[in-house]
Amino acid sequence: MGRITLDKVTKSFGEVNVIPPLDLTINDGEFVVFVGPSGCGKSTLLRLIAGLEDVTSGQIRIDGEDATDMPPAKRGLAMVFQSYALYPHMSVRKNIAFPMKMAGMPQDEQNRRIEAAAKSLNLTDYLDRRPGQLSGGQRQRVAIGRAIVREPSAFLFDEPLSNLDAALRVNMRLEISELHNALKTTMIYVTHDQVEAMTMADKIVVLRAGNIEQVGSPLELYKTPRNEFVAGFIGSPKMNLIRGETAAQKGAATIGIRPEHLAASTEGGLWQGTVGVAEHLGSDTFLHVHDHGLGDEPLTVRVDGEMAVRHGDRIFLTPDESKLHRFDKQGLRI
Amino acid sequence: MATKASRAAARLMISPAVLLLLGWMIVPLSMTLYFSFLRYNLLMPGMEEFTGWTNYRFFLTDPAFTAALWNTLLLVGGVLLITTVGGTLLALLMDQPFWGQGIVRILVIAPFFVMPTVSALVWKNMFMNPVNGLFAHVAKFFGLQPYDFLAQAPLGSIIFIVSWQWLPFATLILLTALQSLDQEQLEAAEMDGAGALSRFFYIMLPHLARAITVVILIQTIFLLSVFAEILVTTNGGPGVASTNLTYLIYMQSLLQFDVGGGSAGGVVAIILANIVAIFLMRMIGKNLEA
Repeated sequence: MGRITLDKVTKSFGEVNVIPPLDLTINDGEFVVFVGPSGCGKSTLLRLIAGLEDVTSGQIRIDGEDATDMPPAKRGLAMVFQSYALYPHMSVRKNIAFPMKMAGMPQDEQNRRIEAAAKSLNLTDYLDRRPGQLSGGQRQRVAIGRAIVREPSAFLFDEPLSNLDAALRVNMRLEISELHNALKTTMIYVTHDQVEAMTMADKIVVLRAGNIEQVGSPLELYKTPRNEFVAGFIGSPKMNLIRGETAAQKGAATIGIRPEHLAASTEGGLWQGTVGVAEHLGSDTFLHVHDHGLGDEPLTVRVDGEMAVRHGDRIFLTPDESKLHRFDKQGLRI
Repeated sequence: MATKASRAAARLMISPAVLLLLGWMIVPLSMTLYFSFLRYNLLMPGMEEFTGWTNYRFFLTDPAFTAALWNTLLLVGGVLLITTVGGTLLALLMDQPFWGQGIVRILVIAPFFVMPTVSALVWKNMFMNPVNGLFAHVAKFFGLQPYDFLAQAPLGSIIFIVSWQWLPFATLILLTALQSLDQEQLEAAEMDGAGALSRFFYIMLPHLARAITVVILIQTIFLLSVFAEILVTTNGGPGVASTNLTYLIYMQSLLQFDVGGGSAGGVVAIILANIVAIFLMRMIGKNLEA
């Protein structure tokens, strides 16, 4: 079981209020991702749940039980740290065994769980090595193994993939998702990378300055962002935000249109501009269009990879009216 | 050092320094070896003659030698034990955030800046003196008989004084080592259910192993040659109760004017120091490997 409820939780460091009163419910078995720009309090929130920081006020409940003042070890949560925090002087086997040793588990049960974890994480050949002799991805798996053997009620991940190279990150992303499918345990995952959030989460919590901006499934956030911040944060490349005259015509302070919802053509369209940088990814090409007369920011457009456009070309853009997002003066969705 | 030419140039340029250092070591060493085989007494100038192993036989069969050997080992071992254990505990304490941390850290380092003769004299005259010393006053306040530290427990007192001098060094090195410990490791251990004691023994102590090794090796070098503290407090006495090898060699060559015997003692001391070094490296040297 792993149902975690935050009830009006706040956290301040001295005078600085990092997290204003915040309510959140994480259901059993859910994969929840906290996402937001750096300094938004997402790691602090995770550490509050873990018990590594004391809450200033409010209540944290785990499976209905008040865990606000419980020491970290008693909460039944396992954490994977950004730096992996493996014990460098212990072999992989001892690293994985450490939490069970601390819990005083019988030796044969320890061995059984180590073997099972090592097998599922492809670590069997490395059990007698030291962390210093492993690659980044292997260290990551050892850290996960150390969390799994405790059979926790929830896993906490603190930006676990940020130290890996791009290819490995994609791999580990898959592995963690598969792990979640296999274990069906609650997982809370902190990242600043919206791609990780979109691909892995059942539920995304977008944070800004300690406030929850929106909670929802990846597609909900993509389709109906509650405000301009979420609209700009979720989706890659970022949504184009257009203010002024054009927005007013649509009855909004700001309109947003995603790069993939702009149709580009060399013959004609609603808006026109000059191609600045063209980023060719093969499958797609991202065009940065300038001099469109809609504002200072260049518009980003996704076009087919086959489309032959170059720097300096004239291009016409037509937004898909049904995919247009409209926001009022406060940045809230209309 | 990529090319042959640059390697050759490097050797050429480093050679004066190497040769100078080599000469600096070889000349006194060979002179000591040479003197150790001479009957060479300053009271009988011009009477030097080759005596073979006599000086060594006399030095090694001297009952003071065995006593000095044990005293040296006790002094080194005792100070090492007190400074590493005490240094670790002090470092743990000073690693905690508290008000006035900077001042306290400077105060803790202070004994290291006091010259050995001065600190030994201060301890001898102001603390341990059985009539005027602070400890005597404290004893009298409680109605106890003052204890004459340097007469009753001369070696123990010297171990205490030397430990007081070296504790700051150990504390400082161990404190910096402790501060380099990744906080996430401690947090991970905390989440893994390790209590304060388990965290110390399973995480902190292994992390400190290398620093402790450095402390032990460096201190051993200096502790084998403790001299000033003995000279100004007990003069090696009573009897030979606080004489270490260094002090015995000093007595041999400068109080008995026996340069030959002193040189033989010096050679013995070099050999013993090397034996100690080999033992130390065997025991704890592996901690220095990455």
